[in-house]
Amino acid sequence: MTPLATPLAPAAGHVAAAVEKVEPNVEAFIMMVVLTLLAAITIAIVKQRNMFGVVILSGIYSFLMASLMMVLDAVDVAMTEASVGAGISTVLLLATLHLTGSMEYPQHRSIAIPLFVSLAVGAILVWGTIGLPEFGIADAPMHQHVAPTYIEYSKNHQMPPNMVTAVLADFRSFDTFGEVTVVFTAGIGVLLLLQGGWRATSNNRRDDDDDEDVEDAVHGNKEGSSKTAGGRNA
Amino acid sequence: MQALETLATHYNYFITIVLMISGLFIVIARGNLIKKLVGLSLFQTSVYLLYLTPAKILGGTAPIYNPAYKVYSNPLPHVLMLTAIVVGVATIALGLALVVRIKEAYGTIEEDEIFSKDPDSE
Repeated sequence: MTPLATPLAPAAGHVAAAVEKVEPNVEAFIMMVVLTLLAAITIAIVKQRNMFGVVILSGIYSFLMASLMMVLDAVDVAMTEASVGAGISTVLLLATLHLTGSMEYPQHRSIAIPLFVSLAVGAILVWGTIGLPEFGIADAPMHQHVAPTYIEYSKNHQMPPNMVTAVLADFRSFDTFGEVTVVFTAGIGVLLLLQGGWRATSNNRRDDDDDEDVEDAVHGNKEGSSKTAGGRNA
Repeated sequence: MQALETLATHYNYFITIVLMISGLFIVIARGNLIKKLVGLSLFQTSVYLLYLTPAKILGGTAPIYNPAYKVYSNPLPHVLMLTAIVVGVATIALGLALVVRIKEAYGTIEEDEIFSKDPDSE
């Protein structure tokens, strides 16, 4: 942990005040506290039986993860995680809970095999992790490869000052294109699955008109699903 | 002493592994399909951490250029994880849509009950 934090001599006084650095040890300590909280939340998620509780805990988990990403200097990722991970995911999970009910039944099966598999995977991962360079040092191999080039480009105004934006848009546009393709495919999949569901429900009700419009489908949604569930149970 | 030092310098990785195997355990052991999906998202999130941890340089700053700084964290894993987060939420959305359909077809989202109702299983 060599003191790499020395900022260049700033030109103006007000910049100097803004450049007051956090001590590396303090940074590492904050990180360890947040990581321990994350592990505690995860244990709570594993043990919790009420699905509503699980969803809320996973929201807390996502916000803690976003805080951790802030400490890890990944500010863009932290913003995305806070909006997408903690926001959209939680809303989707709550909407599904509304349709499916929120109690997990007690288990009858043994947890010996899953526990063994998880711990074996964990042991292999720990064994593989010990060989990695220690956390936070600047001369790790990954910091010697392309990252200095990106920093140099931003410095020479060949790229925007935010390097994440620059790499995302300039160097890895095809990644983003692939991401858009995946999201598009998932969106089509969700639409097909849910619309297919409404059509099956209407067939069960022996409706004459096959092409019912979307409004009917949305309004008939809850009633239709409970009817189907009742029909299967009977 | 050596072990303690490794624990301190690799603490991020070890907690990442704890999150990862918790997600794996939930996916294998729990029967409720929504809980399985939450486990899957735990696993995905731990992968974000696995990528972002080595990108950090202690004493560095976020990768936004400012003449007052010269040490920046590595921006490349941040870009990869931005993509991964969005793909992750797309996966969860598709999985939840499947769960809603399963609930309509079987009246339950517990795996054991679905197997007992499904004539094709076993």
